[in-house]
Amino acid sequence: MPTLNDILVLLPEFYLVAVACLLLLLDAFMKPEQRGTLHWISVVVLLVATYLVVAGQPDVTVTAFGGMFVRDQVSEILKVFALLSTVLVFIYARPYLVERKQFIGEFYTLMIFAVIGVMLLVSAGNLIMVYLGLELLTLSSYALVALNRDSSLSSEAAIKYFVLGALSSGMLLYGMSMVYGATGSLDLVQLHTVVTQSAMPHLLVFGLIFMLVGIAFKLGAAPFHMWIPDVYQGASTPVTTFIASTSKLAAFGMAWRLLETGLGGLSQHWQPMLAAVAVLSMAIGNLVAIVQTNLKRMLAYSTISHMGYLLVGLVNAGPEGYSSAMFYAISYALMSTVSFGVILALSRAGFECEEISDLKGLNQRSPWFAALMALALFSLAGVPPLFGFYAKYLVLQAAIDAHMLWLAIVGAVFAIIGLYYYLHVVKVMYFDKPEEGGADQPQADASLRVVLSINGLALLVLGVYWGPLLGWCRHSFGLG
Amino acid sequence: MITLSHFIVLGAILFCIAVAGLFINRKNVIVLLMAIELMLLAVNINFVAFSRFGHDVAGQVFVFFILTVAAAESAIGLAILVLLFRNRSTVNVAEIDSMKG
Repeated sequence: MPTLNDILVLLPEFYLVAVACLLLLLDAFMKPEQRGTLHWISVVVLLVATYLVVAGQPDVTVTAFGGMFVRDQVSEILKVFALLSTVLVFIYARPYLVERKQFIGEFYTLMIFAVIGVMLLVSAGNLIMVYLGLELLTLSSYALVALNRDSSLSSEAAIKYFVLGALSSGMLLYGMSMVYGATGSLDLVQLHTVVTQSAMPHLLVFGLIFMLVGIAFKLGAAPFHMWIPDVYQGASTPVTTFIASTSKLAAFGMAWRLLETGLGGLSQHWQPMLAAVAVLSMAIGNLVAIVQTNLKRMLAYSTISHMGYLLVGLVNAGPEGYSSAMFYAISYALMSTVSFGVILALSRAGFECEEISDLKGLNQRSPWFAALMALALFSLAGVPPLFGFYAKYLVLQAAIDAHMLWLAIVGAVFAIIGLYYYLHVVKVMYFDKPEEGGADQPQADASLRVVLSINGLALLVLGVYWGPLLGWCRHSFGLG
Repeated sequence: MITLSHFIVLGAILFCIAVAGLFINRKNVIVLLMAIELMLLAVNINFVAFSRFGHDVAGQVFVFFILTVAAAESAIGLAILVLLFRNRSTVNVAEIDSMKG
């Protein structure tokens, strides 16, 4: 029987479910001109949820509902950043949605349900919970991608995302069924203990391969990256921002739960597979990004390469590696919100700022947005002293610690190749002449400007003053 | 005598048919939705068989959840399909290719 204590452990999740239903109801009775209040209510709701997560943070690992739900330090950090990045998405999205007459309540409700999915996923203590959390996130994401109903590109992106997403869920489930068959348990903690003494090791490894395919699909790592470019390009930019930031934190949480909490005993099997996926992602992401002319598509390939770096951290298969990978996931979420935030700020009604050529001479028209974009791109490229540099340094260090010097060298080489396409955009912004009909003086509202500036400057500040965040990540994995 | 391996082989065959249906099919998106359903049902057979032969009920509980989520998933899939047909007037897989690169 669930006790009151179980419900208290899940308080942030219960609170968000209740509020999301209330918001849906509120939206039905609201006049279109009152939607502005809905926006601010949603932002406050998420900030309160963040507060509930931080305030209820347990000192030790707490479980609820018979081990179904785990609340530990790792899940707390991922939840805080998932909630905060969604707040950023809400604030950046508002002017864009208002100008395109897409300012509807469903956007907010679906996003909040997706965040609930993220929170359940990173706290899952059982394969059933992993699946349910993941499906809540992806089903909401399919609907969000299709939200731009009259756009042919958006519905094409949605159907591609749906088919490939369902395929990957099927792969993940098939792997889970094999692991269940080999061990007779769905509980991740129990799996961890019985996994090394399974009577059917071959069945177990067979299941592990399918689960890895599912994880790589959700992360968007090569060779399972086909959906990423199309979804990034076809979805409306606020949804792309969400998929690039919050979902990546969730995918890291899922990978960690399944591979370490559940199947940690099989690390000698999954390490080489992850290393291969990481190398492929870094190669395909960085090389294909060079030939892109569409900015959102270029950033999609950049995501693929970044997921490769995140996997380099996971390959270490120790607390050092996991903490560096989590640091990387957080840094990527913050960097991608800045880059997509600038795209959102520069888009106007009837004009999507999504070709690289749209940024021509941005420095002359709007030096501050050009500077923020340059900051985000340099950080994505891993130029010191920005946030992205230190994150890259940590994952490469983790690879060297795991005696995989070759992987670190491959990572560094592809980081240098990747520098080219980031610098190309910077060159277009600062040294090309502005085109007629390009993005003119952005009309972005005050809240977007202020928050985007803070978010952008955070990349600089955290690049120099990374100690507390890294300490928090390391502490959550039991390191000093 | 039907043993565990019979069930697992049946599940594997159904799963392979589903994956083949997803990749070979070049005609109709609705066939893709059917292949996805088949894939989840193959997984369900696995879970029920392992649960029955392993004397553990958790696998059957998982099947309930998979069935429920599959229903929600196909509802969303069909909704997206309707949207696609409204915008494109086609559900031909080969014609859904306006984004490349």
